[in-house]
Amino acid sequence: MKILLNNNPEEIPGDSISVNALLKFKNFTFKMLIIKINGSLVKKSDYESALVRDGDDVHVLHLISGG
Amino acid sequence: MKAEEITKILSRKTVGIAGCGGLGSNCAVALARVGIGTLIIADFDVITVGNLNRQYYFFDQVGRKKVTSLKENIARINPDVNVIACDLRLIPENIPSIFGGCDVIVEAFDLAGQKEMFLESVLGAMPSIPVVAGLGMAGWGMNDTIHCRQVDNLFICGDEISEISPEMPPIAPRVGMVANMQANVVLEILLKNE
Repeated sequence: MKILLNNNPEEIPGDSISVNALLKFKNFTFKMLIIKINGSLVKKSDYESALVRDGDDVHVLHLISGG
Repeated sequence: MKAEEITKILSRKTVGIAGCGGLGSNCAVALARVGIGTLIIADFDVITVGNLNRQYYFFDQVGRKKVTSLKENIARINPDVNVIACDLRLIPENIPSIFGGCDVIVEAFDLAGQKEMFLESVLGAMPSIPVVAGLGMAGWGMNDTIHCRQVDNLFICGDEISEISPEMPPIAPRVGMVANMQANVVLEILLKNE
């Protein structure tokens, strides 16, 4: 399937993938994240159950310390 | 738009600032100077000598509460600003009641875990309120890496790379740049549809 990940087109195996599996597939190892699918926030507690599907617009923000 | 028109519009607006450290104190002062009507500032911390390398406080305020001191400093700059000082630790349970009436909210925390907690709370509970976050401003130099970008109602200011460490401390110039960039985005949002 094709998705948009942080504004870049990506080819992901399968018809859908959990957020956790997507993070693993992309080697995103940051612990502190904000994730949005098609404009809606995915809460951290839902990373296992939330699914990314073909055509979805996904944003993964890495939160880093400093302020 | 003329200066008087801008002041008139901004005097009717409310901006929330979560955290009164390097980002929050400097952003609040910039917004106070341009005459935002109400600033809701929240922080539980006290000022230390180590904060003075970037935060908008004075040596004689060390040991005092940040929200109280910031309210005093703003009153000395622009007494017309109504500052609501919340001396507390922000948690998911109190964030909606404190910031629910804001036109824009500024995320100005220090630690990534706090940023995550706050952004998840605001984007989850109040998705219609624009949020301006500061991400990545440790160290010095690298002016051209600092940028601003928008993801839906979330605006991100910073270089999104430079994390604080013993070798990369947060210090006045870059922290001030991001804080003022956040204030600039707040104005852009508030003046856009006027």
